[in-house]
Amino acid sequence: MTKMNFNFMGYRRITALVSSVFVLISVISLFTRGLDLGLDFTSGTSVRLSFAQSVNINDINLKLSAAGYEDAVVVSFGSDRDIRVILGVDESIEQGDQASQAVEVGERIAALMQRDNQSEVELLGSDYVSAKVGSELAEQGGLGMLVALAIITVYIAIRFQFKFSVGAVVALGHDLVITLGIFSLTGMEFNLNTLAAMLAIIGYSLNDTIVVSDRIRENFRRMRKGSPLEMVNASLNQTFSRTIVTSFTTLLVLFSILFVGGDSTEGFAIALIIGVLIGTYSSIYVASNVILLMNVTREDLMLPIKEDPELDDIP
Amino acid sequence: MLNKYPMWKNLLVLLIVLLGFVYAIPNLYPDDEAVQVNSEFGLITEADLERATTALEAAQLDFFGADIDDNGLLLRFSSVEEQLRGKTALEEAFGQNYIIALNLAPTTPNWLQAIGAGKMNLGLDLQGGVHFLMEVDMASAVERRMRDNLSNIRTILREERIRSRGLTLNTSTHLQARFASASERSEARSALVTNFPDLQFQNNEQGDFFILDLRLPEEAIVQIQRDTLAANRTTLLNRVDALGVSEPTVQQQGADRIVVELPGVQDPAQAIRILQRIATLEFHLEAGLGASSLSYEVFDYLGQQISVDNDVILQGDRISNVRSSLDQNGLPQVQISLDAQGGNQMNRVTRDNVGRLMDILLIETKSRNVESFDESGNPVEQVEFYEEKRLISHARINSALGRQFVITGLSTREANDLSLLISSGSLAAPMTIVEQSVIGPSMGQDNLNKGLLGVQVAAFAVILFMIGYYRIFGLAANLALVMNILLIFAIMSSIIPATLTLPGIVGIVLTVGMAVDANVLIFTRVREEIADGSPPQRAIDSGYDRAFTTILDANLTTFLVAMVLFAIGSGPVKGFAITLMIGIITSVFTAVVGTRALVNIIYGGRNVKQLSIGGVSTLPSEH
Repeated sequence: MTKMNFNFMGYRRITALVSSVFVLISVISLFTRGLDLGLDFTSGTSVRLSFAQSVNINDINLKLSAAGYEDAVVVSFGSDRDIRVILGVDESIEQGDQASQAVEVGERIAALMQRDNQSEVELLGSDYVSAKVGSELAEQGGLGMLVALAIITVYIAIRFQFKFSVGAVVALGHDLVITLGIFSLTGMEFNLNTLAAMLAIIGYSLNDTIVVSDRIRENFRRMRKGSPLEMVNASLNQTFSRTIVTSFTTLLVLFSILFVGGDSTEGFAIALIIGVLIGTYSSIYVASNVILLMNVTREDLMLPIKEDPELDDIP
Repeated sequence: MLNKYPMWKNLLVLLIVLLGFVYAIPNLYPDDEAVQVNSEFGLITEADLERATTALEAAQLDFFGADIDDNGLLLRFSSVEEQLRGKTALEEAFGQNYIIALNLAPTTPNWLQAIGAGKMNLGLDLQGGVHFLMEVDMASAVERRMRDNLSNIRTILREERIRSRGLTLNTSTHLQARFASASERSEARSALVTNFPDLQFQNNEQGDFFILDLRLPEEAIVQIQRDTLAANRTTLLNRVDALGVSEPTVQQQGADRIVVELPGVQDPAQAIRILQRIATLEFHLEAGLGASSLSYEVFDYLGQQISVDNDVILQGDRISNVRSSLDQNGLPQVQISLDAQGGNQMNRVTRDNVGRLMDILLIETKSRNVESFDESGNPVEQVEFYEEKRLISHARINSALGRQFVITGLSTREANDLSLLISSGSLAAPMTIVEQSVIGPSMGQDNLNKGLLGVQVAAFAVILFMIGYYRIFGLAANLALVMNILLIFAIMSSIIPATLTLPGIVGIVLTVGMAVDANVLIFTRVREEIADGSPPQRAIDSGYDRAFTTILDANLTTFLVAMVLFAIGSGPVKGFAITLMIGIITSVFTAVVGTRALVNIIYGGRNVKQLSIGGVSTLPSEH
């Protein structure tokens, strides 16, 4: 194996700038444009139809507005034969009634489409979703992230050192904010699937950062010579092949889901692909950069606490 | 440095793999189409079994494995057509007092069932069906209880001849009684304290008044919510049973929601109707003598023919509480409490009709299957809904009634039955559907196929890559990967009975991608050791050894995150967290212990010159 020796940290000023700009753009976009929230967070009825032949979305839109569904949004999913009709909340009807009427609305729309369409129309399903449930889950997810961040900070501070906690948390925040920012900028729908993807990104991003930090800690303890910058560089080079291979296998899996998994899992796959790409970059540049910025020294890692000897001896 | 696992360690790995295999096997046995027969009253007997076999033999149907167990009588059929015809034949043979439902019967061999191995449940998104999320109005349940308490307190104070200067419900959990003197207040307190063990009593002064504050403590509120949810769940279960769906789920979610899942229900609109109203109560007067025959309906009551006036005094939703108890003479009675409006209505009607008889009707919506013919003359089976009215109480009005009254003159058993009937006709607290979705069966199948295809393609791609990149070591990692998927399936189908949903499949696929990470870490270390000039056996050992701390740190942190999500989340968030935790445990085990066992078997205990791990040409070599 030719030993890799790339001066990763030589670019740390420019990457820090790039990261800061991306985070800033994401934050601005999240505040001004916001996220394009799916039905899970806005409430409403969704009807899924499948036509025997391909259909024109404009025709369907016209037909729906002629029948009084002016606010209906029509999107195709999977193929040009399958469509989803999204109806917002009807303020004049009570929520419970809207939920029980979703089935009838679905049947009405299916009948409407069938009436002047030669090909068969199949009603695949109809849903009524309440934003209450969605926003509660989002709240749980958000609270979960905060509590998880706190626990991770403590755990890493004990196992490594507090500076590494800051590095991991900053990297995690960086990944989540930019992923959300991309969703905001491109106007991709944010729904419960994407929320689940955000939770998965936490796991992935952390995993990557810890692996690099672990190597930095090891090198600080083993190597007698060298500046912190040199040691971080050496660690990044040593873990680089692993970083790329793991990202590659994870992306292999995500692209399989994206291409064969169907419409229902598409959003999840896209969110995670973005998350993994950013996570890979941040595990190299963000966490290590923060650690260097905080002036990590060899003394920080010289057995900061007496480690539980049993923990390291598990086979 | 021979890289040999002791025998017990190899055996342990083998045992875990075998267990994983055995507990994952049931997923390979397809279910039998079956029909389940249950009686509305009591148990199914041998006579019912005989009746069923006779009917099916007469209809010349191919059935087998007739068996009675705790869930009723189960009959298996060779095909879906036979199953549907069998259901019709059984309905004709058994009549209305039996519930005949289509079902799927497991074909898992007995020995597997005996050790607790079962199939993984498929979520609605994978098999089609109707999903409802119903929310119970807890605030109104609590307030209802406090209003009830308020009127009971008033009655007790009146009976004890204690004068209060105002009794108010300040908030839904706080009652306040005012008295003119401290002695009246202490009298009231001692009279009330034994009757209301749930409430917290506190004395306060305000101006000239002596105040008694009664508050519902947090534990009592939680208890009310728990009871209310349980009562609503039971009522829903009864209603769902009436739909004749096989394997319905009626489950609590969070503190105030109930999930109802009906796999394979064909007509969701009917299901909604049934869930939302099945049993209601109506209070009527008995028709007067000489009333026009158009103004009443005749019902049977304990063999008597009773004419019930068509005018409704009161609907069952005005009832706030029902219970059977004993009166002061030890005779059974049913106590009924109404809400304020109900009390006024009841009072208005009864004060002018003292001496007449009052009737309570229980109106149930039931379903039956009817056969009709479509345009081309083929028989089609349809579910028809009809109302069944029953007269459940016929009692004399002895005095003008108000918000609280009792029905007396019953036997203990009658009193119990009546209070049960009344409470089944009224939900403990109102419920609204907050979410509902219908997944067509074709969409479910499509989701399942695509999800499984995703798993296959992903696993295949990763396996190919690992062999190409890490050669023999990659092969070990791949075997570990297969073992990992097997273990996840085994745990999810037998140990923690989980429901497999589409997000769950995605979670498993993601584990496939990330599970190889531990092996990538180990193999990269082994390659480094070789590049640094270590001999092969030593490289293997220190590669595993030094990668372990990293693997432990990385997985422990992720596991902590999963635990937090599990503790905080509900529903899908919790489900995701469980899959993540299972995946972390199995993947660390298979990737660290599993591959090590394999590598030890391949390379351990002998003199190895070169390792097949790809990327590096191991030294030293004689060529």
